[in-house]
Amino acid sequence: MSALIQEPAAGIEPVAPTVRGGGFFLTLLKDRKAAAFGLALILFFVVLAIVAPLISPYSPTAQSCGTGPSAVFAPISVHHWLGCDDGGVDMLSELMQGGRVSLIVGFAATLVAMVIGGGVGIISGYFGGWVDVALMRITDYLLVIPDLVFAMVIADIWGPSLFHVILVIGILEWTSTARVIRAQVMSVKQRVYIKRTRALGAGHARIIGKHILPQVGPLLIANTVLTIAIAIYLETALAFLNLEDPTVTTWGTILEHAFNRGAVSSGAWWAIVPDGICIALVCVGCFLLGQAIEDALNPRLKIAHLSLTRWKIRTLAGRKADAI
Amino acid sequence: MGRADYVIKRGFFALVTIFVAITLNFFLFRVLPGSAVTNLARVPSAGPALKHALTVEFGLDQPKWQQYVLYLRELVHGNLGISFANQQPVSHLLLTDLKNTIPMVTVGTVASIVIGVFTGVLAAWRRGSVADHISTNTAVFAYAFPTQWLGLMLLILLSRYLPTAGMTWPDAGVFYPEPFWQHLGDVGEHMLLPALTLLLTAYGSYTLVVRTSVLETLGEDYVLTARAKGLPVRRIVWRHAVRNALLPMVTLIALDFGYIVGGALLVEVIFSWPGIGLAMETAILQRDYPMLQGGFLILTVAVIVLNFFSDLLYFRLDPRITE
Repeated sequence: MSALIQEPAAGIEPVAPTVRGGGFFLTLLKDRKAAAFGLALILFFVVLAIVAPLISPYSPTAQSCGTGPSAVFAPISVHHWLGCDDGGVDMLSELMQGGRVSLIVGFAATLVAMVIGGGVGIISGYFGGWVDVALMRITDYLLVIPDLVFAMVIADIWGPSLFHVILVIGILEWTSTARVIRAQVMSVKQRVYIKRTRALGAGHARIIGKHILPQVGPLLIANTVLTIAIAIYLETALAFLNLEDPTVTTWGTILEHAFNRGAVSSGAWWAIVPDGICIALVCVGCFLLGQAIEDALNPRLKIAHLSLTRWKIRTLAGRKADAI
Repeated sequence: MGRADYVIKRGFFALVTIFVAITLNFFLFRVLPGSAVTNLARVPSAGPALKHALTVEFGLDQPKWQQYVLYLRELVHGNLGISFANQQPVSHLLLTDLKNTIPMVTVGTVASIVIGVFTGVLAAWRRGSVADHISTNTAVFAYAFPTQWLGLMLLILLSRYLPTAGMTWPDAGVFYPEPFWQHLGDVGEHMLLPALTLLLTAYGSYTLVVRTSVLETLGEDYVLTARAKGLPVRRIVWRHAVRNALLPMVTLIALDFGYIVGGALLVEVIFSWPGIGLAMETAILQRDYPMLQGGFLILTVAVIVLNFFSDLLYFRLDPRITE
C-alpha cells in the first residue's frame, strides 16, 4: 500500500521536517546549547518554586527582620542575604514565594492561551471556509488592540484577583499562536497521508487528534514556552498598576511595593534588583528554548509580513566564504 | 490586485477594527457582569443627584441597544463622557494628556529604532565577534527585563543627576504653559529618564530583528554581485544589505505599537509623566470609569491608525506585496 502511494515529491511545498515524540526534543537539547541552557534556567526556577516552602529561610509574610524603624529596608546581612522590605519581611523568602505565584500565573495563563490559540488555529486551518474567515478576523482584531491597556481595563472591571489576572492574560495572548498553528495545519492537511486516512474513512476528530495534533505539537510547545514569558511580563505589569490581588506576593507585587513604598528614596536596591533579575532569567530561558524549537522546526523561517515572533536569534549567515 | 485595491482593503480593515474597538469598549463597561458604568453603587461618593445625572447621561434606564445607539451618537460628537473625579469632559482632559504622551513616546521610540538598527547592523556585520556577542546579549537582556524594573533602576542610579518625576510645577505639560519653547530645556530634562526607559525597553527586539534580517540579506546573490563589482564593504553593507533588510522592520515596528503603548503606560506611572497612561492609572485608583474608558479608546484607535499608516508605508517600500 505504502509503496503504491508515493509521498509528494520534494519542492511541491516547503514543509517542516516531520517530527514526532520525544526524540525530537532530545536531539534538540543535544544539538543546541541555547535550548539546553534555556530549559535549565526554566527548570531551575520551577524546582525552586516547588521546594520554596522547605528551603525558604523565613516566612514570606512574617516580620523576621524585627520591628521598629531599623527593620524598614534593613540592608543585606548574614541573617538576611537579600535584606528586608519596608515591612521588615525577609526579601529572599518573599522572592521565593513571589516566584511560586508568578510561575503559577505564567503557566496557568499560558495554558488558557494555548487551549484557545491551539483550538482556534487547528479548527481554522483544518476546516477553512467561513469558519476560518470568521476566526481569523477575530484574531486580527484582537491582535491590534494593545495588550496591556486591554488587560488593564478588563482586570479593573472584574476586580483584582489572581484568578482574573490569569484569565485576562489567557484570553489576550492566544492570537499569535492561533495564526502560527493555523498555517502549520493548513500545510499538514495537504499531505498525502492525511488524504489517505480520510479515504479510509477516518472522521474529523480522529484526523485532528491522531494525525494533525502530533504534527503541530512541537510548534505548539515552542509557542507555549514563548507565551510563558509574555504572561509573566503582563502579570508584573498588571501588579505594578495595582490590579493584582493585594494579599498575594508575586514578582510583580514586589516591584510595585518597592516603587510605592519608597525603596528608591531609601536606596534599597536589594528590594528591586534581585526581583528583576529573576524575571529576566526566566524570560531569557523561555526565549532561548522557544526560539530553538522554532528554528529546529523551520530553519528558514522568514520574518514575513505579519510574522508574529519577536525574537529571531539565529546564526544563519548565508554562504560562509562569500558572506561579509 | 491593484494598488488602490490594497489601500482600500487596509483602510476598510482599519475602520472595521476601530468600530470593533468602540463596540468592545461599550460591552466591557456596560454589558459584562460587574460592568462599571451601569453599576452606580461603585461610583465613589455618588449622591442621588449625581446618580440621576449619570442615568440620564448614559441612558441607563433604557434597553441596552438604545444605550449603544446613544453611546455611538455621543461618540460621533466627540463626547467621551464626564470624568467622575473632577466633573470635566473626558475628551478635553485626555487630549491634554495626549499632548504630553506623544512627544515622550516619539522621542523614546525613534531613539530605540536608531540604536536598534545600528547595534543590529554592527552585530550582523561583525558576526561572531566580541562586538556581536556584546550587542546581541545586551539586547536580549534589555528585552527580558520588565519595563518597570528598568525604570526603577534608572531612578536609583540617576535620581541624583536628573529630575525623576513629572514636570516642574503642577499642571505643567509639554505644550503648557504657552509659549512652549520657553521651557523646552526644562521639558527635555524631565523627558530624559522616561524616554531612556522606553528606549531600553524597545531597542532590544529591534537589534535582534535587524541582525537576523541583515544576515539573511548578506547571503543574497545581489550582495555577491556587489562584492564582485569591487564595491567597498561599507557601501555593500549600508546601501545593498541594510536597505533591503529594513523592510521587515516596518512590520515589526507596526506590531510593536501595542507593546510600546504598554511600555509608555508603565513609564508614565513610574516617572509621573502627565500623559494618558498616568491618567488611566489615576482613573483606576479613583474608580473614574469614563476616564478609563476614554483612555482605552484613544490608545486603541491610535494603535490601529498607526498600523494602517505602517501598512501604507510597507506597500510604498515594497510594491510586490498584494496580500
